[in-house]
Amino acid sequence: MATQHSRTAARIMMTPAVFLLLVWMLVPLSMTLWFSFRRFLPLRGGDQGFVWFENYTRFISSSSFWPAVQTTLVIVGGVLLVSIVFGILLALLLDQPMWGQGVVRILVIAPFFVMPTVSALVWKNMFMDPTNGLFAHLWRAFGADPVVWLSDVPTFSIIMIVSWQWLPFATLILLTAIQSLDSEQLEAAEMDGAGPLARFGFITLPHLSRAITIVILIQTIFLLSIFAEIFVTTGGAFGTRTLTYLIYQRVLESQNVGLGSAGGVYAIILANIVALFLMRIVGKNLDR
Amino acid sequence: MARAVTTQRKAINTTIAWAIGLLIFFPILWTILTSFKTEGEAVANPPVFLFFDWTLENYAVVQERSNYMRFLWNSIIIAGGSTLLGILVAVPAAWSMAFVPSKRTKDILLWMLSTKMLPAVGVLYPIYLLCIELGVLDSRAALVVILMLINLPIIVWMLYTYFREIPGEILEAARMDGAGLKEELLYILTPMAVPGIASTLLLNFILAWNEAFWTLNLTAVDAAPLTAFIASYSSPEGLFFAKLSAASTMAIAPILILGWFSQKQLVRGLTFGAVK
Repeated sequence: MATQHSRTAARIMMTPAVFLLLVWMLVPLSMTLWFSFRRFLPLRGGDQGFVWFENYTRFISSSSFWPAVQTTLVIVGGVLLVSIVFGILLALLLDQPMWGQGVVRILVIAPFFVMPTVSALVWKNMFMDPTNGLFAHLWRAFGADPVVWLSDVPTFSIIMIVSWQWLPFATLILLTAIQSLDSEQLEAAEMDGAGPLARFGFITLPHLSRAITIVILIQTIFLLSIFAEIFVTTGGAFGTRTLTYLIYQRVLESQNVGLGSAGGVYAIILANIVALFLMRIVGKNLDR
Repeated sequence: MARAVTTQRKAINTTIAWAIGLLIFFPILWTILTSFKTEGEAVANPPVFLFFDWTLENYAVVQERSNYMRFLWNSIIIAGGSTLLGILVAVPAAWSMAFVPSKRTKDILLWMLSTKMLPAVGVLYPIYLLCIELGVLDSRAALVVILMLINLPIIVWMLYTYFREIPGEILEAARMDGAGLKEELLYILTPMAVPGIASTLLLNFILAWNEAFWTLNLTAVDAAPLTAFIASYSSPEGLFFAKLSAASTMAIAPILILGWFSQKQLVRGLTFGAVK
């Protein structure tokens, strides 16, 4: 039962957070929008006035746009596929009775805490290096020619690195969801003669569907903006330039701010489409 | 009712789970081991696993050559500062939304969440330009503020979900006994909220420590934290596995330890309370 007095106090207490986020959202966003309509090359002539939608059409019609979109989709899709499929399997495994469950959980979750630049660099050098990497040693041990990972199969390599970082996240969330499943339901199904596959397909999987959706949405938002993993490994070469990386190159490397900002607006729209779905699910949860 | 499980079945589970767990953990383990090798042993073929001459030399060299302590200090200031500042701003907001909810509370929460979805690259140049104009490019202050703003939605959400679990009846009882807003906050809510605040602190410290978009793009020398320190090793000049490993181990060790304590909070914090 809130009094008028406490309502006013509540509003005041909320103000700093709301105000800060409002400024954080509106100021840079309107600047990006403004720049996106202008021809703006800080090192070559500066701000040269309005060109309206020219940046938007140029960004899309540039020869690097569609490959970047494709790369983005392949990387996001690949990591999602790996982390969901293996995440479910791992979560099911970790839910089984065993010795040292706590320790195994810690081992599995650890990669999520490794900073992105470290994991990219460790994978790039100590595992994927074609001369001294562990994979190269392993390949040679079987008499095969070492794979030059980051230039022969660059997208696959990046998917591998990023999946290693995000599989723990998916596993942890799916495991939490599995553990909230009522075990009596499973036992009842077993007594009625349902095999392990049927029990998984008709009870566990439907129970997990919400958690899976959430993992997909949250990971998509984070994966759309992966940066360090590409910055450190290939620097966008060999067809690993994602949309995020392309915009970064336009803005900071070639200093074409107008063009990059138009790209930024596309990225914002893309992220918002995903975010809408996520918000709907999270919002439903608030109504309990 | 727990089902009886045969010892044999349990042993099989244990073996498979440990094998997979170690496989996933292996890159970290390998990095830590390599950091204690000499450069020659680090690239030896066949690789040596445990039986090499353990040495601390790499740590000394890394520290000497790159002034590791400065990067570490920057990381601590940036991650710690942004987290503390975020908590200061978020606690009142989350408190009021949890205990004095209004019709708009849900909308405000979802709107806050939506600011988290804003892709960083979309506002890269404006922020970069603002930092230059304000003279705070490559300063710790700028990163403290930016990382605080990035994580503020998560901090508010986590605190909100924790605070909402504090039963409202306790507050009503206190009010009946004549407790004012101040007493309510100090003697009732604060003690009950401490665990929630602590887990929020922990998770957001980790997120800020590992943040690698703004820290890479807005720092050069003075404010560069460990993320940038590690990225500097990607140049060919730094291509020495043992030293790279030592630098990496030093950058991730503190957070790995903290991370192990925060597994449960991770789920709640990163799914915005949707999975518990």
